[in-house]
Amino acid sequence: MISETPLLSRVADSVYWMARYIERAENVARFIEVNLHLQLDLPLQEVNQWQPLIDTSGDSESFQKQYGEATEDNVIQFLAFNAENLNSIYSCLRAARENARSVRETISSEMWEQVNSMYLQIQMQRVTPGDESLHELLRGIRLACHMFQGVTDATMSHNEAWHFLNLGRMMERADKTSRILDVKYFILLPSTTGVGTPYDDLHWAAVLKSVSGFEMYRKKFGRISPRNIVDFLLMDHQFPRAIRHCVGSAEESLHAVTGTPVGSFQYPSEQLMGVLSAELNSTDVPRVIHSGLHEYLDGLQTKMNAVGHDLLKDLFLWGPADRAISAGASR
Amino acid sequence: MFHKDGRVRDEARLLLETLASLEDGELQRCQVAAERLLLQMGITFNVYGDTAGAEKIFPFDLIPRIVGAQEWEWVERGLQQRIRGLNEFIDDIYHDQRILKDKIIPEEVIRTASSYRPQCHGINPPQRVWCHITGTDLVRHSDGQIYVLEDNLRVPSGVSYVLENRDLMKRTFPQVFEGLHIRPVDIYPSKLLETLEALASPSAGEKPTVVLLTPGMYNSAYFEHSFLAQQMGIQLVEGRDLAVQDKVVWMRTTKGLRKVDVIYRRIDDDFLDPEVFRKDSLLGVPGLMEAYRASNVALANAPGNGVADDKVVYAYVPDMIRYYLSEEPILPNVPTFLCWRDKDRKHVLENLDKLVVKAANEAGGYGMLIGPHSTTEQREQFARKINANPRNYIAQPTLALSRVPTLIDDKVEGRHVDLRPYILYGKDIHVLPGGLTRVALRKGSLVVNSSQGGGSKDTWVLADSGKAVSHDQ
Repeated sequence: MISETPLLSRVADSVYWMARYIERAENVARFIEVNLHLQLDLPLQEVNQWQPLIDTSGDSESFQKQYGEATEDNVIQFLAFNAENLNSIYSCLRAARENARSVRETISSEMWEQVNSMYLQIQMQRVTPGDESLHELLRGIRLACHMFQGVTDATMSHNEAWHFLNLGRMMERADKTSRILDVKYFILLPSTTGVGTPYDDLHWAAVLKSVSGFEMYRKKFGRISPRNIVDFLLMDHQFPRAIRHCVGSAEESLHAVTGTPVGSFQYPSEQLMGVLSAELNSTDVPRVIHSGLHEYLDGLQTKMNAVGHDLLKDLFLWGPADRAISAGASR
Repeated sequence: MFHKDGRVRDEARLLLETLASLEDGELQRCQVAAERLLLQMGITFNVYGDTAGAEKIFPFDLIPRIVGAQEWEWVERGLQQRIRGLNEFIDDIYHDQRILKDKIIPEEVIRTASSYRPQCHGINPPQRVWCHITGTDLVRHSDGQIYVLEDNLRVPSGVSYVLENRDLMKRTFPQVFEGLHIRPVDIYPSKLLETLEALASPSAGEKPTVVLLTPGMYNSAYFEHSFLAQQMGIQLVEGRDLAVQDKVVWMRTTKGLRKVDVIYRRIDDDFLDPEVFRKDSLLGVPGLMEAYRASNVALANAPGNGVADDKVVYAYVPDMIRYYLSEEPILPNVPTFLCWRDKDRKHVLENLDKLVVKAANEAGGYGMLIGPHSTTEQREQFARKINANPRNYIAQPTLALSRVPTLIDDKVEGRHVDLRPYILYGKDIHVLPGGLTRVALRKGSLVVNSSQGGGSKDTWVLADSGKAVSHDQ
């Protein structure tokens, strides 16, 4: 096999973050979209479902400081356009584009053009809110992100850089699915034990739609049941936004990058990823729910963050000691 | 495009016929489409002094500029000769300085040139080539003659626009290509890579590691850096990606350190290595010059070659060609008055309202006085500057740069242009057919720089009708 020159560490880092930010932008767009639709179906007294969205994003504090009350307008401004909120769609696309710009020679031109036009789209909307409705804008962003994924897989060699990219998007996706599950389950839980309201199904369907999983869930389980939804979003192998699928794919890419066979490890990040994956393979849903889904998901998120952190240390940053060693070793 | 008497030049006839046959508004529609495409493709440059990261598109004019086959053949020969002469000169300056000893050029001129780098003395770049990539600025005066305005030996930019402009023309305005044999420009990245790879020492093996060193994404030419790296399939590195150890340059990768053989650097000499040049440079690589001197890494262009970019040194290029090559220069210089010569200075000060005065070490249209467009106050200011530091100023007659048809709003008007061909010096000297035509979009303006209201056009060099054009090169 002819081996390509390995990636610059800086480039690997930028590709990883570019993918994470695009995935994040898409998720936020989808969350807002689903919530807008949900509002239309709910009775008036239940209408304010915007606070949970802020909770999902993990930026409650910053929101509280800037806006106070979680009204529809405030939440949408904050999540879609706010430049100070580093996780808003706008900030994510800006960051994705900055990262893409710094690695333009590594990714394909088509990918760059796609990231660039996504950014220009929201930038324009932000400066001059035009005729385009919010629904159209969010749909547009979601489709543009899907297109980016398609363009990526169709125009870029599945080389080292691609694996870093996949690692980024899978880690981000797993994180987002775990957050939406966590927040929604917490809110909906009381009504699953007490008398269910006719709107519970709507809420649960919204959770599934938030991760584009409604149709695929129906095919597998049919009726809406919280237990099965947890099973689907946590444990499914095949659904591309299920946590187990994401972790599996991330693990493969990590090992493709390091060259260590799956199942063994030479870096702390690989070891941690292995633990994460083994845990998902060995738990069953009733036990998780019984001992507390929130605690379980919390633990999962902590581990995923740690993997990201270790990865950075293992592969992206080269300390002076490493430098001396490999200077002696490589060609 | 036209003769003085208004007759259409032969080479432009077909294009003009095509343009005339377009429906009303079609040209404008194509122009709008082209600009939108530029923005989408992110073909932008960063504006200094504006907020960090502000980007603009480089305005593009849809009407191409045409150069006939015979004229181009002459330009090409002239440029090859000039580059050979300049290269001999630079090599001589950093070795024996014969041209100074023979009193062809006063030693004083070199010693005081701000782009002269004594640190480069005795360095032997591979094959003794110092100027691998050059972007010479040419202008056509109202006498019909083409003159060399500047040599731009250091880190010339703009070639990416040549390639992208051609691509843009094909995408938005394909109908104008019909029936014309235009020489392709796509070959440039391959030629450039070939030139760079040839610089590697034999020990680097079959596939030497070539990288492009950029100051980073906030540099005004960042688009070009990433574009060229992408087109050549080489890595785009920043100073912080490189490290020097035991006089060898390494880059930091996910698999550890990898040896670097050739660096196409797009960083000025001053910032290249803080141990040798500017100490406060954060962009460069400490120890790089030591590795270079030890021939463990090749640099293109060779540091120090900017000595010939000094505008006083420029005035001596025709003498260099005669001295080193024993040939008469093919391309003429613009007549240049050197203010450190008493007689010249007197003439310059008396004729400030007619001349263009330039600082010897500035580029990009800065530090310049255009006499006929200046105020009394500006002329007095320049007179003071010239008297205070005569070595730093030269003056040239105000050239009536040729004008070519340009789309302005919804009309076609004449605008002043220059031309920057790109020359690669590797095993032989290759001149890219065409180059960057920059156009002063403001009416009457003679300043074509992108930083000051300039735009660009696709430049078509017609193939000799007798020869077949190969599009697959």
